[in-house]
Amino acid sequence: MTEQIDKALAREYEAGFVSDVESETFEPGLDENVIRRISEMKGEPEWMLEWRLSAFREWLEMEEPEWALVDYPKIDFQSISYYSAPKSMKDKPKSLDEVDPELLRTYEKLGIPLIEQQMLAGIAVDAVFDSVSVVTTFREKLEEAGVIFCPISEALHKYPDLVKKYIGSVVPKKDNYYAALNCAVFTDGSFVYIPKGTRCPMELSTYFRINEQNTGQFERTLIIADEGSHVSYLEGCTAPQRDENQLHAAVVELVAMDNAEIKYSTVQNWYPGDENGKGGIYNFVTKRGICHTNAKISWTQVETGSSVTWKYPSCILKGDNSVGEFYSVALTRGRQQADTGTKMIHIGKNTKSTIISKGISAGRSNNSYRGLVRMNPGAEGARNFTQCDSLLIGDQCGAHTFPYVESRNPSAIIEHEATTSKVSDEQMFLCRQRGLDPEKAVSMIVNGFCKEVFKELPMEFAVEAGKLLEISLEGSVG
Amino acid sequence: MSNTNSLLTIKDLHASVEEKQIIKGLDLDIKPGEVHAIMGPNGAGKSTLGYVLSGRDSYSVDSGSVTLDGEDLLEMETEDRARAGLFLAFQYPVEIPGVSNLEFLKASVDAQRQARGEEAITSADFLKEAKAACKQVNLPVAFLKRGVNEGFSGGEKKRNELMQMLLLKPKLCILDETDSGLDIDALQIVAEGVNSQRSADRSFIVVTHYQRLLDYIKPDFVHVLSDGKIVKSGDASLALELEAQGYSWLQKEPVEDELEG
Repeated sequence: MTEQIDKALAREYEAGFVSDVESETFEPGLDENVIRRISEMKGEPEWMLEWRLSAFREWLEMEEPEWALVDYPKIDFQSISYYSAPKSMKDKPKSLDEVDPELLRTYEKLGIPLIEQQMLAGIAVDAVFDSVSVVTTFREKLEEAGVIFCPISEALHKYPDLVKKYIGSVVPKKDNYYAALNCAVFTDGSFVYIPKGTRCPMELSTYFRINEQNTGQFERTLIIADEGSHVSYLEGCTAPQRDENQLHAAVVELVAMDNAEIKYSTVQNWYPGDENGKGGIYNFVTKRGICHTNAKISWTQVETGSSVTWKYPSCILKGDNSVGEFYSVALTRGRQQADTGTKMIHIGKNTKSTIISKGISAGRSNNSYRGLVRMNPGAEGARNFTQCDSLLIGDQCGAHTFPYVESRNPSAIIEHEATTSKVSDEQMFLCRQRGLDPEKAVSMIVNGFCKEVFKELPMEFAVEAGKLLEISLEGSVG
Repeated sequence: MSNTNSLLTIKDLHASVEEKQIIKGLDLDIKPGEVHAIMGPNGAGKSTLGYVLSGRDSYSVDSGSVTLDGEDLLEMETEDRARAGLFLAFQYPVEIPGVSNLEFLKASVDAQRQARGEEAITSADFLKEAKAACKQVNLPVAFLKRGVNEGFSGGEKKRNELMQMLLLKPKLCILDETDSGLDIDALQIVAEGVNSQRSADRSFIVVTHYQRLLDYIKPDFVHVLSDGKIVKSGDASLALELEAQGYSWLQKEPVEDELEG
């Protein structure tokens, strides 16, 4: 049985190809000069450079965190290149016709067609390739609704006041080691602004692709939903299959003004490394949103990739009656390690949060849920419900749960439920006795386990996430 | 050579679980359309026989042969045996949380049809069939949306097994103590379901401890299994005899803890 599962898990990583694109890449190394060059390449305003440099100086004083249940060799930050962009992007193509066809082909291969006729209906895509945004689709249509959706490097030119006002407002520069590093060296990412009372007419999506070797990817996303607005945002990521580890340290900040709603979904499929843990992406990400009065932020993540994941999408429930949600599926196999969860900080009265976390461990992987629920003294009548379920496949993997609860308000109600289960021999036998092959059986059982989270994903993504798990589990059965 | 028109032929089967031999030289021949009851005391190997025939991991065949429709059954993977028409109704059906009954049944039917080279059934047609099957086993249609066996009562689980049988239309059904834990009404519903499926090209092995079930499902043959072997075979009247006399008179060595028939 275990043998079959391992076999089913030994999948091909379908996004593991390398695109043949001529790139302009910085020499490895990190100092103030590198940061000045990044800022110069982007033609940034002076204040941005100063902001970066102050973050860098903070970072130099900080220690790499070691509290997570993950184990990896120390990262040599001087051996990483901090900027890489296709040469063809240097002249900033004005239209799709001017974009290098190889870049368009890359996204097409990944199932993200950027060409007008084939674009996914109802989804606007910002395609980020290494350190630059290649294309953002449906921009005119969004502009008609007053929605701004563009690369953050472009927003710095066009909407500097908005960026200046909100960047670092949710995740401060020295929030943590990787966030500080990101502030210093971030290259691109998406910027979204939804005006007051506007329901964004389509799903917004950013697709991140790492291509170049030895580069780190440091993207930064900033989403501002003004009063009474609504937006659903999707994020996907892949990288080529390589023997060396690569670092991805992103920062995402969400601002939901009064009565606004942001739904943020991630399907993370960075290269996970091979069976023996060689190669793969280090995914060290800081994601946080702030909710003002009656606002709602909902994080949904499906994490199947990366060799090491360190990620806690969080909500600061500042406004009264605001709502935070976190729905997560994290699958680890082979030698993958994931330490992921959320933080729900209840500040306002009658704030509500829901946490549903589903961890699936297979192979020799380690999968941890780490979550904080904090009820501040002013969080009168606040409520939290947390459910953490772990599913073990085989007998060589680990599942861990680290819930932290801090309640400083006696009227707050906190509920926590946790379960651990295995894909049992009986379940496998029942499925196979009805004619299902072992791979289908495992993926069905795992999909059933994740159902509560999948139903939170936008429809196109729910299908993709289900398929992703199927691919991830292929050959995992025994 | 076994009879060429046999559906299932078991010859001198020896099988073990965890290195302990449970089946010790079993012979059985079943023709299409026949209903065979296998009775016997606890620990005789009744459930083991069902698991060995359906290919459960950790049950190993030491010697002997089994053919289904002339094909070597023991060479086949578990799922291939199911696709060849072998169905096991479980004594204790397991739960699969979050996977709806409908999804599970459709996937099973699809896998079996695909293996036989048949066209996939449309979701609408399948739903129609599934609803009819629910009705036949007296389960509310809402059960199709619920997780497989999730929170079902014992009787509901058994009826759910029967519903799967109705949809999969197997050639050989092995009912493993389907009567256990059922009250008389539920027993009748299950028996009626089974009887409605009796046909010239479908055979049954009815494994049971009690004669009671055989009042409703009339077997063509009754076999007594004791210590891994069939020690006596007869027609339906044998079951009544067992009911009156218990199993001990058939066993080589009397069982201390006597079980009533």
